[in-house]
Amino acid sequence: MYEIRLHSRGGQGGVTAAKLLAQAAFLDGKYATATPLYGAERRGAPVVSFIRIDDEPIRIYSQIRKPDLVIILDPSIMHTVDVMQGLKPEGKVLINSPRPVEMGGHRVYNADLTGVALSLDLVIAGNPILNTPLLGAVAKVGLVSRESVRKAISGTFKDERNAQAALKAYEELSL
Amino acid sequence: MLMIGTGNKAVATAVRDAKPTVVAAYPITPQTEVVEETANYVASGELDARYIPVESEHSSMAACIGAAATGIRTFTATSSHGLVYMCEMLHMSAAARLPIVMANANRALGPGWNIGAEHSDSLSMRDTGWLQAYVSTVQEAYDLTLMAFRIAEDENVLLPVMINLDGFLLTHITQSFETVEPGDFIPEINTPHAIDIDNPGGYGTLTPSNEHFKFRRDIERGMRDSVKVIEDAQNDFAKRFGRKYGMYEEYMTGDADVLVISMGTLAKETEVAVDNLRKEGIKAGSVGIRWFRPFPDLKDVVEGREVVIIDRDYSFGYGGILANEVRSKTGCSPFSVIAGLGGQEVTYDDIAGFVKMRAANEEHWFGVDE
Repeated sequence: MYEIRLHSRGGQGGVTAAKLLAQAAFLDGKYATATPLYGAERRGAPVVSFIRIDDEPIRIYSQIRKPDLVIILDPSIMHTVDVMQGLKPEGKVLINSPRPVEMGGHRVYNADLTGVALSLDLVIAGNPILNTPLLGAVAKVGLVSRESVRKAISGTFKDERNAQAALKAYEELSL
Repeated sequence: MLMIGTGNKAVATAVRDAKPTVVAAYPITPQTEVVEETANYVASGELDARYIPVESEHSSMAACIGAAATGIRTFTATSSHGLVYMCEMLHMSAAARLPIVMANANRALGPGWNIGAEHSDSLSMRDTGWLQAYVSTVQEAYDLTLMAFRIAEDENVLLPVMINLDGFLLTHITQSFETVEPGDFIPEINTPHAIDIDNPGGYGTLTPSNEHFKFRRDIERGMRDSVKVIEDAQNDFAKRFGRKYGMYEEYMTGDADVLVISMGTLAKETEVAVDNLRKEGIKAGSVGIRWFRPFPDLKDVVEGREVVIIDRDYSFGYGGILANEVRSKTGCSPFSVIAGLGGQEVTYDDIAGFVKMRAANEEHWFGVDE
């Protein structure tokens, strides 16, 4: 089983990103679950989502304690949330950042998701949309296929810039 | 069709496929998506139903009662405070023998304010005459919601059915599920006592005690007969669509020395605990209670085994509700664990821990007791 913990802020699309990621894994023929952890729901508050991907049906409903991958949509969240908690020694980090970031010696993927969203003017109510670019980055890391990401996004969003954003993030991320 | 979606979405999709004529509902977290998605199905024409938005849960059940009394199929959904607010109408719908189907997202009651998963809401409605099922997966939420219509409307039952799913844990998780073409799996509704304007009669009129007594006895007759109706529906479902369900779900019980009995999502989490305990040499098994009303016959499966029962609920002044139902029906001496109240996190490691600390007839409040 591959376990992912996704950190975001309310309104950034983290919960939708988790669902899309599970959907892409499902389209790849895997079993997948996505669970949002709700506290008081409000814009800007830290939000955590959990994604599990496996070849067998998943029977676990509790939270992910030892993730294989931590995704950070908003780096400023690290001031208040211990995003590295429980990350496996060989665990990896995918962070939305234009610059390389050091994260305790772990393998870090830097993806400028905000930059991708802004470059396509993919902005709603002043907030850049980060979930669809994130899906492209996750595909590049190799957790889901690019084709399944495309299908999951086109099945959810009408605006074609979402699929473009995923493709752009895929191409920009250097491994 | 194979899909991916939340527990709420699965319930709404089953409602679409069961084709009720009236849906009357009021939104409340964490079932709001059921209300929204059924409304979407009506708006898009995929469900040819009259959607009645109402001002409260008491009214949503009242609207379902009025509609069902005319002999049509009805559905509503609620949770927590919404469920207890419609309490009067729950008694009324069951006593009027109206086969209404409702989804309830299990949620704690306040105050203190908490919207996490807890079974106290539906279990406090235990004696209303409603059938109650507790589901453990998104697939089961779809399948049981579909079956609920057939079971409720059966001429030997004619009682309302409540499908319970853990708030957030199941209502909001995304999993894959497969829809079916029900066809004649759900026959046309045929309510024998439906209002007939050509043959006017009294409904809910003043009833002397001897008649009242007979009506009550017949609710119990319907509840007891429902066991066979449920089993027939589940067997027919398995034959047609390939997924098998029982009154309760057994996992690794065959050679088990100790059983963990639970309901809802905890029953699935327990299966992982059982796997891990067996690696340590502890022969554990899991029993997930699917149908709580009518209550299943657990005598054979409990016989000669140690029993740990997890309650996500409590009857103040008495004890864990599930633990005491099982105890009184089977005569076992369970280790009663109260866990998961208010959405408290309970992991498979925690459940394995309950098994290891078991003590017959003791009660343990997880995270509160030392």
